[in-house]
Amino acid sequence: MTILLDPTNERIPVARSIAPRPAAITGSVGFLDISKPRGNVLINRLETLLAQRLPQVTFNRYAKPTFTKPAPDALRRQINAENDFVIEALAD
Amino acid sequence: MSMVLPPFSLKNGRGENISFPSTKATLTCVVKEDCPTCREVMPLLVAFGHAFGADLDLHILSQTEAGIGVLEDAYSPPFSMLDDASLKVSFASDIDTVPTLFYSDVQGRPLTTLVGFVRDEWQQLAAELADKTGQTAAIDWEVLPQWRPGCGSLSVDPAIADRLRAQSQNSPLRARRIEIGSQDDEFEFMFDQGFSDGLPLVPPTPERVLRMLAGSSRDPQEVLALMPPNMGEVTVEKVAINAVMAGCKPEYMPVINTIVQAICTDAYNIHGVMATTMGASPVVVVNGPIREQIGMNMKLGALGQGNRANATIGRAVRLLIRNVGGAQPGGTERSTLGNPMKFTMCFAEWEERNPWSPLHVDRGFAAEDSVVSVFTMTSGPSLIVDQDSRTGSGLAGTMGLCLESAFNPKAHYATDCLLVVVPEHVDTFVRDNYSKSDIRRRIQEVTARPIKALVADEISGTGIKASVAAAMSAEALEKRLPKFRSDDDIHIVVAGADAGKFSGAFHGWATGEIGSMPVSRKIEEL
Repeated sequence: MTILLDPTNERIPVARSIAPRPAAITGSVGFLDISKPRGNVLINRLETLLAQRLPQVTFNRYAKPTFTKPAPDALRRQINAENDFVIEALAD
Repeated sequence: MSMVLPPFSLKNGRGENISFPSTKATLTCVVKEDCPTCREVMPLLVAFGHAFGADLDLHILSQTEAGIGVLEDAYSPPFSMLDDASLKVSFASDIDTVPTLFYSDVQGRPLTTLVGFVRDEWQQLAAELADKTGQTAAIDWEVLPQWRPGCGSLSVDPAIADRLRAQSQNSPLRARRIEIGSQDDEFEFMFDQGFSDGLPLVPPTPERVLRMLAGSSRDPQEVLALMPPNMGEVTVEKVAINAVMAGCKPEYMPVINTIVQAICTDAYNIHGVMATTMGASPVVVVNGPIREQIGMNMKLGALGQGNRANATIGRAVRLLIRNVGGAQPGGTERSTLGNPMKFTMCFAEWEERNPWSPLHVDRGFAAEDSVVSVFTMTSGPSLIVDQDSRTGSGLAGTMGLCLESAFNPKAHYATDCLLVVVPEHVDTFVRDNYSKSDIRRRIQEVTARPIKALVADEISGTGIKASVAAAMSAEALEKRLPKFRSDDDIHIVVAGADAGKFSGAFHGWATGEIGSMPVSRKIEEL
C-alpha cells in the first residue's frame, strides 16, 4: 500500500443553502456593477424594465472599485443592509 | 490495543493544573458531552465522587473545551472536570471509545479499565471501592440499563487521528494521509483526484515530502500565505507536497516559498489573475546567486523546456494555486483559451550578459540578493525578429512596432510588457551606447499615435468609441499617445543564447491597482 500526502487545502466544501424564494418582490433591489465596460448599459436597461413591472420597488446602484478583485467587505455589508434583493451585472 | 493511561497534567475549569498520578489511587474517565452513554455514566461518577472523594482522586476528562461547562452545569459534580480538548491524553492512552474509565493505583498503574457501560462491571467496581473506603455510593443499579455501547473517541476520528499520530511521533508532517490500495495505480489515482495539471505527477509520499522539507529552513507548519480564491493556508508542508508532485529538488524550496508570498499579495492579485477570461498567468524571473546554486537556465532556451529548475519551480507554483488556492479551469479559473504559461513559466536573468543593471537592482535590491519577481502576462514570448538593425534606435524601433500588437494595436495605455533581450540584440544596443531608458523611450516614441488613429473604424471595430471621439476637439484628437502609460510599464531583462537575433516579449494584463502589479521579493531563507 502506498501513502500519499494530501496536496490540497483539505477543506470540505461547505454546502451553501439558497434563501427561500419570496412570493413577491418588494422593498429594495440593489444593482451591483462589477465595473466592467458596458455593465452600466446592462443595468440601465434592467432598471428601466424592472421599474415598469415593479413600481413599488426602490432601486439602488453600487459599483465595485475594480472587476478584478472581490467586492470590499464594507460594500458587501452596505448592499446587504440596504436591500432585499441584489442583481450583479457582468458585461464585456 | 493496550490501553494505558499515561502520566498527565491538565487544566481544570478554573485553570488549575491537575496531575496524574498523585498521592492517591485514581479514577479517570474520558467523556464527551454529546455521547449518550457518557451522559448515562455522569450521575454514577458524581455518586462515586461524593462517596469516595476523600480517599480517591477522580478525574473526568472532557474531549472538548465546551463539554466542561455543559457537563458541569448538567450534573454539578463534586469535582472539577479536566480539559483534554487537545486529545493528547485520549490519544496517548490509546482509547477508541468514550466513556473509558481507568482505575489506577497510587503509582498510576492500571487496576481496572472499563469501556462503555456494562452495568455488572461498574457495579463490581463500586463494590470494590466500597470495600476499600468503607463508603457506599448512592446508586440504584436496578434502574440502569444492563449495557450501553460507548461512542467513538474523538482521538480516533479519521479527520484528526493522523495529526495526533504525527504530533506524538514528533513528525513534521500534518497533511492528511491518503492510502492507495496495492492494486491501485497511484498515478491514475492522482489524476482522478484532480491534483494534476494534466501531466503525470510524482507521488508525494511522506518520505519524499520529508526530503523536500529539508530544503527549507522554515517550520513545516509555518503559514506562508492565504491563497485565493479559496483562501487556503499555504504551509511550507503544502509547498513541499506540491513541489514533490511537480518534480522539484529540495534546494528549490526557498524560491517557491518566496514566489508564493509574492503572488499572495493584494498588489499582485492572484485571485484576478486566475479568474480572468483573458488567460493571464504568473511569469517568474529569478535574479541573484540562487540562479547558479540551483542550476537555473538563463541562456539557450531559457524560456523553453529542458531545465529542471525552470520547469518545475513554475509548475509547483501552478499546482499550489490549483490545489491549495483552489483555482481550477472551469471553476474559478475562467480563461477563454488558456495559455501554455499556465503549466509553468519561470526563468533566470543572465545578469552577467547584461550591460545594464539587472532587474532586481532596478527594483531596489542589492546585486548580491537573490530575488524573485512575478509578473502577470497574457501572451508570450512573442518573438521580435530583427536580424538587420545595426543601431539601437532601429532595433528598439522594431521592438516598439512588435509591442504595439499587445491586446490589439489600438489598445494604448492598457497594459505592460516584459521584454526579454537576447545577447546579440544586447550587443547592438551596447555598440550604440543605448541604455534601458533609451530603449523604453524609443518604444514609446515609435508607438505614439494620435488619438484619432485609435478610434474604432471600419477596419477594426475596437478602439475609442466614435461617439467619444466626436465630442473631442480637433486639437485633442491630434494628441499622441504612446503604447504604454508609463516608461515603467516596459520591464526589461536579458536572457537567451549567444547566437540569434530573436528577442521576446510577454504582453501583460490589466496593469496597476485595477489589476495586477509586478511584485519582487528577496529570498530570505538563504
